[in-house]
Amino acid sequence: MLSWTCPAPLRDRPRVVMGHGGGGALSAELVEQIFLPALGGTARAALTDSAAVELGGARLAFSTDSFVVRPLFFPGGSIGDLAVNGTVNDLAMSGARPAYLSCGVILEEGVELDTVVEVAAAIGAAARTAGVRVVTGDTKVVEAGHGDGVYLNTAGIGLIPPGVDLRPERVVPGDVVIVSGAIGLHGVAILSERENLRFGTDIESDCAALGGLVEAMLAVTPDLHVLRDPTRGGLAASLNEIAVGSGTGIVVRERSVPVPPPVASACAMLGLDPMYVANEGKLVAFVPREHAEAVLAAMRGHERGAEAVIIGEVVEEHPGMVVARTALGGTRVVDMPLGEQLPRIC
Amino acid sequence: MKYVDEFQDPDLAARLLDDIRAAVTRPWALMEVCGGQTHTIIRHGIDQLLPDEVELIHGPGCPVCVTPLEVIDKALEIASRPGVIFCSFGDMLRVPGTGRDLFQVRGAGGDVRVVYSPLDALRIARENPDREVVFFGIGFETTAPPNAMTVYQARKHDIRNFSLLVSHVRVPPAIEAVMQSPDCRVQGFLAAGHVCSVMGTREYPALAERYRVPIVVTGFEPLDILEGVRRTVRQLERGEHSVVNAYPRAVRDEGNPAARAMLDDVFEVTDRAWRGIGVIADSGWRLSERYRAYDAEHRFQVGDIATREPAECRSGEVLQGLLKPHECEAFGTTCTPRTPLGATMVSSEGACAAYFLYRRLDLPARPTAAAVPGPSLEDSTVG
Amino acid sequence: MCLAVPGRVLGIEERDGTRMATVDFGGVVKEVCLEYLPDLKVGEYAIVHVGFALQRVDEESALRTLELFENLGLLQEEFGDPWEQAAQADAGPAGEVRR
Repeated sequence: MLSWTCPAPLRDRPRVVMGHGGGGALSAELVEQIFLPALGGTARAALTDSAAVELGGARLAFSTDSFVVRPLFFPGGSIGDLAVNGTVNDLAMSGARPAYLSCGVILEEGVELDTVVEVAAAIGAAARTAGVRVVTGDTKVVEAGHGDGVYLNTAGIGLIPPGVDLRPERVVPGDVVIVSGAIGLHGVAILSERENLRFGTDIESDCAALGGLVEAMLAVTPDLHVLRDPTRGGLAASLNEIAVGSGTGIVVRERSVPVPPPVASACAMLGLDPMYVANEGKLVAFVPREHAEAVLAAMRGHERGAEAVIIGEVVEEHPGMVVARTALGGTRVVDMPLGEQLPRIC
Repeated sequence: MKYVDEFQDPDLAARLLDDIRAAVTRPWALMEVCGGQTHTIIRHGIDQLLPDEVELIHGPGCPVCVTPLEVIDKALEIASRPGVIFCSFGDMLRVPGTGRDLFQVRGAGGDVRVVYSPLDALRIARENPDREVVFFGIGFETTAPPNAMTVYQARKHDIRNFSLLVSHVRVPPAIEAVMQSPDCRVQGFLAAGHVCSVMGTREYPALAERYRVPIVVTGFEPLDILEGVRRTVRQLERGEHSVVNAYPRAVRDEGNPAARAMLDDVFEVTDRAWRGIGVIADSGWRLSERYRAYDAEHRFQVGDIATREPAECRSGEVLQGLLKPHECEAFGTTCTPRTPLGATMVSSEGACAAYFLYRRLDLPARPTAAAVPGPSLEDSTVG
Repeated sequence: MCLAVPGRVLGIEERDGTRMATVDFGGVVKEVCLEYLPDLKVGEYAIVHVGFALQRVDEESALRTLELFENLGLLQEEFGDPWEQAAQADAGPAGEVRR
């Protein structure tokens, strides 16, 4: 069982399907079975949002991300905001202070220049807000029909402060799991604009840069164990990656997971599970128990973590798996999503 | 959400559970017919909270999962044709046919679109008059009226580039098929509330009488499920077998007359195969004669596609509670959630898929609350 | 089998000869076909499946069901099962199905 959508399975397949980009098991397999062997990487590299590398005595975080969202502009943000914040957040999840970005732009023949102007403005504004500089870039144009108007790629580097070492392997039983705020906003905001699902809602994407929040947390203690921003695949994918990467079990108290009522409603209507819906401005932190209260307080003191809550803990039982304790007192397995979540009718 | 949140209240759930515990004196096997109910049961861990005496057998009520391989192969063939826009509910895209699924058809260049409502498919047909638009009309009695509306309107507005690939199924013949099995273990049914919202409850008294089983019309929130179980168990303990409506806020005796009238106009009853189970007489609908022109099977001439279900699949026995999933030879070997043979592994809530997952968790097959590794969250204070 | 959720009707209009409603599902608004519940009124709740209103939600039944759950275990010690009593007192929607 790979998610609570029904049915779950996909057969092994000869061609790329959308699910390969869903941030779930299929995405992981694509990287692990095709790219890592070809590039000589290790499985561990696939489990982190950004790489920590040493260069000239400095510890740098290095990351890249591509953005293919439709529509380009959505409630609460745009592809430009995503391109900056996505890479900034990947760097921040290594504990780095994001510094410089590159920006590659692929434009489709025929796209209106006004749209390009708006996207560029969004990139600039988001970079200023996040406190990073876009220092290099590239543009290409593809023929009409070969792209969705605008694709963006950003890469970024940032400096990892001494004493900071964030990786799943450091997670141990007893660690406390904290999420920085309401989940599911970005995914639902995007779904509401999808051509054949279209629904009205006040929900806006939570798209935001998290560098400042991470700095505030590290100011309490550099000894955080791991951070992750639950984007594609949602909280469920992030928690599963950490459970697998750390070889521990994770227990989530479902009632504590902050799901805004409209997100819950949209998910109920479409048959989705909020735990699997994408976020773009939230993080999940695994914190040693002795620091949890202070870190939580620091998060709540920051605008991006004002609604931070403890949602669970790390246990020795069921290593590699995430289990939710339901409001009624039962349990269920929160498995790694396979591909993208789809509306279901049953 | 009004009428949802109130029916998830943990305190009231505890009262219902207490009442069930107080009532039950011996083992009972109940079947929840509907996949949506199975979903609620697993999602909230209700099966672990019920007393050990109450066994829930997950019935064949996931329309996506019981759609026969043959129909999926027809869908794959039609969706692959140039000029076709193939529209489907989202959860149908992942169901494997022979060797591939609709996602792969899309990956190979087919125009496969997910819609929320069947009317969206009809709108797509209006907007693309030079393309053939096909909607995959699957589902039980609840989904059949919305799907019927598309061909009714297509006919009324003379939209000729629209057709329906129909694989509708009906609940009462499935209940009957379960009960007719010589080894049937099911002693009571939680009937599917939303099917009854459309069809009403009048099909059931005869079944309850003939097979001497209580049938309790049940809703979909956790409290609804518990109430369905409670009222079934109370009947069983007293040796009764009547039809009870435990979902009165959404079910009337007469159902929805307008929807039923549409069903009578657009569809006619036919035999239908259920994936992993086989053909059940009179268990489906096909388009009636006057709507035959909108039948995608005829329009695309895929009637000669005949696919055999894999012989090693024993999901029919699993669905009736006769066989535990892990007792099947294919379980976990040739049959896994990624390479499912039958309905019970296709559905993420299917008995086989659930077993597959829980075995990985190293839990007993039907975990009791005490056996689940107990997180101490309730008591834990941080720091 | 059938994911259907209750929503409240905000407004009703004819579109292309079809009776449609704007329905609020706890903060999410969606267009819904009313052809099967043509007399549904603004302010009422209906069970909606794949964009179609299929049955009116009966508020009184809902409240009565919840009330009976509340009283479960309290009344029962003294008076027996409240559900059965309700069924006897009222052969309506909360009661047994008449044959």
